[in-house]
Amino acid sequence: MKAIHPWAWWVWAIALAGTACLTTNPLLLALLALVITAVTALRRQDTPWARSIRAYFWLALIVIAVRVFFQILLGANEGSTVLFALPEVPLPGWAAGIRLGGALTLEGLLYTLYDAARLAVMLLCLGAANALANPRQALRSVPAALYEVSVAVVIALSVAPQLIESIQRVAKARRLRGQRADGLKGLLSLVIPVLSDAIERSIALAAGMQARGFGRRVGKGSPGPLALMLAAAMVATFGVFLLLSGGASWLSAGCLFLGVAGTLAGLRLAGRRLRVTRFNPPPWGLREWAVSACGLAAFGLTAAVSIANPSVLHPSTNPPSWPALSPLLLLAVLAAALALAPSGIAGAKSPGLPEAVGTVRSLRPRPATVANPAARPALAAVHPADWGAP
Amino acid sequence: MIEFGISRFAYPGGRDVLRGVDFTVAEGELCLLVGPPGAGKSTLLQTVNGLAPHFTGGTLEGQVRVAGRDTREHRPQDLADVVGYVGQDPLKGFVTDTVVDEIAYGMEQLGLGPVAMRKRIEETMDLLGIAELRGLPLLELSGGQQQRVAIAAVLAAQPAVLVLDEPTSALDPTAAQDVLSAISMLVNEVGLTVLLAEHRLERVMHAADSMIWLDGTGRAEYGKPAELLAHTSIQPPLAQLAKAAGWETVPLTVRDARRRARAEGLSPREPFPSPSHPARAALTCENLTVRYGQQVAVNGVSLQLAAGEVTAVMGRNGAGKSSLLWALQGGIPSSGELSVDGEDPRALGAAAARRVVSLVPQTAADLLYLPTVGQELAQADKESEAAPGTARRLLATLGVELSGDEDPRDLSEGQRLALVLAIQLAARPAVVLLDEPTRGLDYGAKARLAEVIAGLRSAGIAVAVSTHDVEFAAQVSTRTVLMADGDIIADGETRHITTSSPAYSPQMAKVFAPLDILTPAEVAAGLREVEW
Repeated sequence: MKAIHPWAWWVWAIALAGTACLTTNPLLLALLALVITAVTALRRQDTPWARSIRAYFWLALIVIAVRVFFQILLGANEGSTVLFALPEVPLPGWAAGIRLGGALTLEGLLYTLYDAARLAVMLLCLGAANALANPRQALRSVPAALYEVSVAVVIALSVAPQLIESIQRVAKARRLRGQRADGLKGLLSLVIPVLSDAIERSIALAAGMQARGFGRRVGKGSPGPLALMLAAAMVATFGVFLLLSGGASWLSAGCLFLGVAGTLAGLRLAGRRLRVTRFNPPPWGLREWAVSACGLAAFGLTAAVSIANPSVLHPSTNPPSWPALSPLLLLAVLAAALALAPSGIAGAKSPGLPEAVGTVRSLRPRPATVANPAARPALAAVHPADWGAP
Repeated sequence: MIEFGISRFAYPGGRDVLRGVDFTVAEGELCLLVGPPGAGKSTLLQTVNGLAPHFTGGTLEGQVRVAGRDTREHRPQDLADVVGYVGQDPLKGFVTDTVVDEIAYGMEQLGLGPVAMRKRIEETMDLLGIAELRGLPLLELSGGQQQRVAIAAVLAAQPAVLVLDEPTSALDPTAAQDVLSAISMLVNEVGLTVLLAEHRLERVMHAADSMIWLDGTGRAEYGKPAELLAHTSIQPPLAQLAKAAGWETVPLTVRDARRRARAEGLSPREPFPSPSHPARAALTCENLTVRYGQQVAVNGVSLQLAAGEVTAVMGRNGAGKSSLLWALQGGIPSSGELSVDGEDPRALGAAAARRVVSLVPQTAADLLYLPTVGQELAQADKESEAAPGTARRLLATLGVELSGDEDPRDLSEGQRLALVLAIQLAARPAVVLLDEPTRGLDYGAKARLAEVIAGLRSAGIAVAVSTHDVEFAAQVSTRTVLMADGDIIADGETRHITTSSPAYSPQMAKVFAPLDILTPAEVAAGLREVEW
């Protein structure tokens, strides 16, 4: 089965995170969480990174629990429906405005729950993107000029799971010296071996990447692309500032456009000096368009509702009101769930086929990108035998 | 192909690692790099593609030229199309997730087109016999497969020179043979120049055209293997045989040695079979099983380790050797019966368990967590409830003198192993388990370890050693346990087990085939007896 382009899943997930950001409606948030869970469960592959979704679930639950705990302990509780009251601790005068203990109202609790649910769903979106898309594959598709940034991330990504493995190994080894690996002291005794292991691995990986030609440059470096990107970033920042302070205007839109265009041009110029090619780049086809469109549609519909009828998206908590959904919002949830359809097409056709099938298919000769003729003579001059020259 | 002209190389603030390295490795040569640990083998390898000093730091006086390119002017990434470099642990150097991506990575950096890449990937995979692994995640491969993928990944860029840092140190005998035959095939058929650092010379010296000997002072000597082996302190079994038999040059293959021994009528007396007295069982396990989720690592094993006996545990990578040793120590959950002098180490607390059974794990450094050697030794006395200075005294009897304020992380493999052994022996265990202790040790360090193990044996301690090193197992053990797929498939006298399978038989057994001789020491003793 050929996996969906990782960036399609990222677009889908980020659009859903944006959707969640627009609302505190618990019904909509719950439906979104359901959709995200269902799509992730059905479409993820059995890979190490796919198992990370569980961690995000726990993180989301912890976020909600922590918010509620602090609301109970020192929340500013508005409203009059008191659920229960904790003894209030009198605080000295300088802590004015902070309250410890006291009454917990339904209104305060609902407000906190809704707000925490929004954050939790956004976390779930992040987890879904991580589980559905191979992070390393996603990084392989970044523009060549951002390569140095992506390297740092690649190293972090590969060292993180190894770090967990070395923590387990070292904790196991602690027993051999007759110590318990738990508790603060045990934890501290893990630090030296685990850290030195991680550093050693990162250095070995960096050396390996360099020895294999990472960061080869063609020609002399010039500061041009960097200057262009810096200037573009400043123009874009100015545009954002105008947008936020004075609302949308032609000037702010123009600045934003110029900034983005300048950045893209700078990236392209800088990328040209790194003559890097991609083997078997994941294709961006109809399925990828469809998956991203599903996410964007959900966001668009919700955004339309937030302009036309914002009260549906933010049900009142003071006084408490029963949240409701509008047909448009249901449509948005449906759109998000529809991502199952395009991503399922290829999966249903060829379940369990090895990756290689996809590899062969996508390797039809592409005349435009055949080996760079300028690079050939140098290679031909040094390689020992002609066993691979095309 | 590789012109070394290094007058001096030193890391910042350190002594000279290399001095006067001056010779040329010709095209199409398989050149072996040998020397004691810490002699600068890795550094010398890294100068070939400029990782030293561009990446590692340090100063290089003189120059190294590869295929006409000076490493002073070319950075490692600019030499990637000429030099393929494979580090010690392939897993640490992998940049991508799957076999195909990993092989493509180097070519992507060189800017090759997809058609050329596709073709080279297929050719390289065929060349190393890994075509069936193409889509697999790198983490799921065995050690030998990973090593071959790492070699394929650098070969795909079609370098003229291949540099390998101890490519077989973690592999079982069969996997090591696969990797080494792939390398010698590349030299013979593709005309690759290979520079290879290796401790276990018996595996590769027959294929080597030349040899570099780093003596530990920074000087390097370059010459024919047979001549260099005759006068350096690197002593593979065949060199020890040559010394015992009084030959001037060292035979490089078992076949050579066999012919010469026949021609000279060399026939050492077989050693007397050691009297088998019924030894007291120090450790007994019945039906011991270790599971990781669905996977069964140790499958209902029953085993006895006798006091004063050394048992070698051998088998393929992933056969369950490590899991068995860990389970015997009680360090990982297992089912079945386990008893050491009537006590079950799994039921004892960690501190009590290590006084009964002591394990030195594969990565011995995991046991060290304090900033200095002195603190480690003091902590060892405390946790063993031994008199202060016990661990330090043990370290001295192991033949290693370390100053108290050294950082354990800066020690050589051999020194670190000795330190961990001293720490573990301070607890006076009845059973000592060693998991792959010979990894990264040279012949000298291995000989010292063998003496230590002999000492433990005569002290009445039951010792089990898991190892891939056939020669070492033959030297130290009297009994061998062979494992495959979590089962014990053979258990008996080392003499009997090792000679019955070609992969596990030591070189002396092959040279003197019908005779029951395992080690050069036995040859020497046998020859002396004949002379009397």
